[in-house]
Amino acid sequence: MLRIEYAYWLMATFFAVTAWFNWGQRRWIAMAFWSVLSLLFASGDLILAAAKSGDHGPGQFAGLGVLLLAALAPRMKREHMAERAEGERLTSAARLGGRLFLPALVIPLVTVLVVVLKNYAPGSISWLIGDASPTLVGLALACVLAGFAALAVTGAPLAAPPREGRRLLDTLGWAALLPQLLAGLGAVFAATGVGDIVASLIGQVIPTDSRLACVLAYGLGMVVFTMIMGNAFAAFPIMTAGIGLPLLVTGHGAHAAVVGAIGMVTGYCGTLMTPMAANFNIVPAALLELDDPNGVIRAQIGTALPLLAVNLVLMYWLAFL
Amino acid sequence: MNYWPLLGVLVVVVGFVLRLNPIAVVVTAGLTSGLAAGKPLLDLLALIGESFVSQRALSLIFLTLPVIGVLEWAGLREQARRWIAGFRGLTLARLLISYLGLRQLLGMIGLTNIAGHAQTVRPLIAPMSEAAVEISVGPMSSTQRQRVLALAAATDNVGLFFGEDVFIAFGGVLLIQGFLAENGVHLEPMQIALWALPTAIAAFVIHALRLGLFQRRLFADSIAAKAAPTPATGREGERAAD
Repeated sequence: MLRIEYAYWLMATFFAVTAWFNWGQRRWIAMAFWSVLSLLFASGDLILAAAKSGDHGPGQFAGLGVLLLAALAPRMKREHMAERAEGERLTSAARLGGRLFLPALVIPLVTVLVVVLKNYAPGSISWLIGDASPTLVGLALACVLAGFAALAVTGAPLAAPPREGRRLLDTLGWAALLPQLLAGLGAVFAATGVGDIVASLIGQVIPTDSRLACVLAYGLGMVVFTMIMGNAFAAFPIMTAGIGLPLLVTGHGAHAAVVGAIGMVTGYCGTLMTPMAANFNIVPAALLELDDPNGVIRAQIGTALPLLAVNLVLMYWLAFL
Repeated sequence: MNYWPLLGVLVVVVGFVLRLNPIAVVVTAGLTSGLAAGKPLLDLLALIGESFVSQRALSLIFLTLPVIGVLEWAGLREQARRWIAGFRGLTLARLLISYLGLRQLLGMIGLTNIAGHAQTVRPLIAPMSEAAVEISVGPMSSTQRQRVLALAAATDNVGLFFGEDVFIAFGGVLLIQGFLAENGVHLEPMQIALWALPTAIAAFVIHALRLGLFQRRLFADSIAAKAAPTPATGREGERAAD
């Protein structure tokens, strides 16, 4: 049976290979960075298992590892990595044609297939994935299968996947780590009570007898808090418990389904505008090798602000029908 | 109430405004909030380490990189451009609006994992967007190229965010339903998901309009760039002759 830990061990190997390539090129900082990350991924299960049984020693070491990554990251150079000559790529594209798209399509198709089977016919796939998350195991399985498909279609040597994967990973550099780190920060903020403080501060300053003020406070609060946390899911329970339910639903008789649904998509307008949502905004800027790390955010503000206005109007109108 | 943990939020805001390295900023913010909340250093280290490790799933997407890397080595981006160049009358706006609509519709039936920045935007949508501009408008400046690529990534985000929330089994809808149920408001997921539909339509209209306007500006700029040099150099020449 496939366990999600296998995928994390595969990632640990990928990071170790990347470190090894950097060692060969005397890029010491990058080598240290990917080595530490590889160790954190390889020992992840031991750390979490120890924490569950009350031993936080390994977790403290992991914390030191994270601090080390933070110390190394500012000194890492992000540069365009050398790749195969354009002429050779053009010749290869002309030779292989549309067949090149097939392995790329294997990734979404296998992932979706596993998710759909798990949702609609759980018995058919339990022998393969057990109780693991079908999205995660499906994605990891899809990547492995697509890797073999890519080798078969392109006739590339076995050394190509680690070498070319490493090229893309070093193109991303520290940005690759940001989504995971920010999600971890969300947990730290939650554990230190930052969310409750923000909700109570907003609750204190708005005039609660004005329906419009409550809609604005809830909607804009969702946006601002999503921008701070980088995640509308993290902002939703705090803002809804602090403002949405007590002031809008109980206080003004708003429709709870409207408040919840539109509140969430209002938060998404904040996601479009914050570097804290790194996997959507900063990672693609690095993947596309944009000069401006905030280039994707700049391209989104023009959609996010008008949509925010539409959402506030929709909530004010639909919630009190 | 102890307000000092808010210092962590301040560290994040100041760090991003000053454009310091985000990794260092985020870790400093976590340390600041933790210490301000009065957590002992060793507990805080364990909290940071364990919350980082338990979020490994978010990095799983980088397993696609070796596959995408090999395909790029074999000319995937070049093939994407060749394929797009075969379409007559294709423009950047038409390409990205189709992608936006498709991404939203697929999201609405739960197929959110079908695309993404690593799987589709970098290897396919980005080179296709460049090719669409080149066949409809002509060559781009480096600044224009960067804005085209950024718009391609932005279109993926808008399509994903404002499609998935209409799908009833999407985690966001279930989160809303579960949270409301915990607080005594019992609703079916369908009742919640439907209210996200007006926003989904508005997102499509607004973003599609912006893509259309961007396309018109590209055309206008290219006409201006073609028209401008001749008279301008003429006048320069006259002045030089004086």
